[in-house]
Amino acid sequence: MNAPVAAPHLPLRVRAAMLLRLFAIQGVWNYETMVGNGIAFALEPALRRLPGGHTGDRFRAAMARHSGYFNAHPYLASVAVGALARAELDGVPDAQIERFRVAAPGPLGSVGDRLVWAGWVPFSSAVALLAFGLGMSPAGVVLVFLGTYNVLHLGLRIWGLHAGWTRGLGVASALANPVLRQGPAHVARATALIAGVALPVAADGIIGSGRAVLGGVLAAVAAGAVMVTLLHGRIEGWRVATFALAAFVLYAMVR
Amino acid sequence: MTFTDLMMLMPLAVLGAVLGLDVVSFPQAMISRPIVASTLAGALIGQPGRGLVMGVALEFFALESMPFGASRYPEWGSASVVGGVLFAQTADGTAGAMTVAALAALLTASIGGSSMVLLRRANAVWARKQQARITRGSGSAVVALQLVGMTSDLLRGGALTLVALVVFMPLYEAVTATLTISPVLSRAVVVSIASAVGLAAVWKVVHTTVGARWYLLGGLAMGFGIAAALK
Repeated sequence: MNAPVAAPHLPLRVRAAMLLRLFAIQGVWNYETMVGNGIAFALEPALRRLPGGHTGDRFRAAMARHSGYFNAHPYLASVAVGALARAELDGVPDAQIERFRVAAPGPLGSVGDRLVWAGWVPFSSAVALLAFGLGMSPAGVVLVFLGTYNVLHLGLRIWGLHAGWTRGLGVASALANPVLRQGPAHVARATALIAGVALPVAADGIIGSGRAVLGGVLAAVAAGAVMVTLLHGRIEGWRVATFALAAFVLYAMVR
Repeated sequence: MTFTDLMMLMPLAVLGAVLGLDVVSFPQAMISRPIVASTLAGALIGQPGRGLVMGVALEFFALESMPFGASRYPEWGSASVVGGVLFAQTADGTAGAMTVAALAALLTASIGGSSMVLLRRANAVWARKQQARITRGSGSAVVALQLVGMTSDLLRGGALTLVALVVFMPLYEAVTATLTISPVLSRAVVVSIASAVGLAAVWKVVHTTVGARWYLLGGLAMGFGIAAALK
């Protein structure tokens, strides 16, 4: 097996520009090219270093190639951006780059969706809900949520860009990182535990002094949760909730 | 509503614009989550505590929303500003305040979700118009397209927040004035419905992970114990 070739130097300001642009990678998300234009947007500072600069043929060919269809989790798209920047600056053949562009989105999407959307977002919410229930101040609750969430958010974007740049098109091996492979299961268990604690404590915090109604609330929550779970796939819970709240307001107005 | 009233809503519209932008376009740091957005809206009118209470209720609903790829979901950033402001502006003890504010927020979130779908279609139209330049490898076309999309999303969030506040503020006052239900019952209804949605959402996410359902049940037992102990 060939030893990985050391990554060439990429100035800090170029990396910083790419990282900043990665935060806007979904700025023009659409149903046709998905995050494609955003990939080209984030790559552009690196591609300017191609021979001929930003008016050269290689720059134009690369920009045209990378602004096409691409779909990936927005945070882990940084892995692809780093790898593609390295490949372009190393002069990797177009066909090889195109194969990577076809193969990368699936794993980057599924890993990101499980770890972030289905894992870290509910986990961070649960932690913040628990902080509220335990009486933390509004500023404290907000900081707990944003701090918890953005540790992983920022970490993934920075790690992804670095991993992609240092490993180039061989970056697939980076997705075997234990955090990405086993992390979602651990996060799911932690979310289950903390959300379990947080839901009653936070609900109690909202109701406040209404202890007399707590029994009714518990029964309604249990019945409602079962109903929403059974309806899963047919109608979202928040839509059911909208109808239920509207019905209650109407009842309260006319009674 | 007078011109002066409208101008007083502008800071809230700006907040809604920034939070609406955060949902997808920039920077997706989750400042648009209800627990943050509603608290910020409450703070802007001097009531961060009431904004947080509304935010917690809406956060239960938002636990269900996951922005997977091309899926459609409610837009909570702007909606949380609307819900947070409506609830925070009324005095503690106002009949039905939380129920009506939560309903307004949910309706705004639904409209906001639809507005995001429209924006995504508009983004595709703008992208097609720039296609010739982009195919020629124009870096400026790529950057311009990105800026157009983000600016449009910013304006979308701001306009949605402003319109929702203009519509819902007088409606909110009119409806709450007719209600006689107690604030405790109002909160209990919202908490019951929101917690049910939140609990179902957590179950949906964790039930396929080995052992997670036991963690959830154990957590619920601990939570009820803590809630009882805090009384």
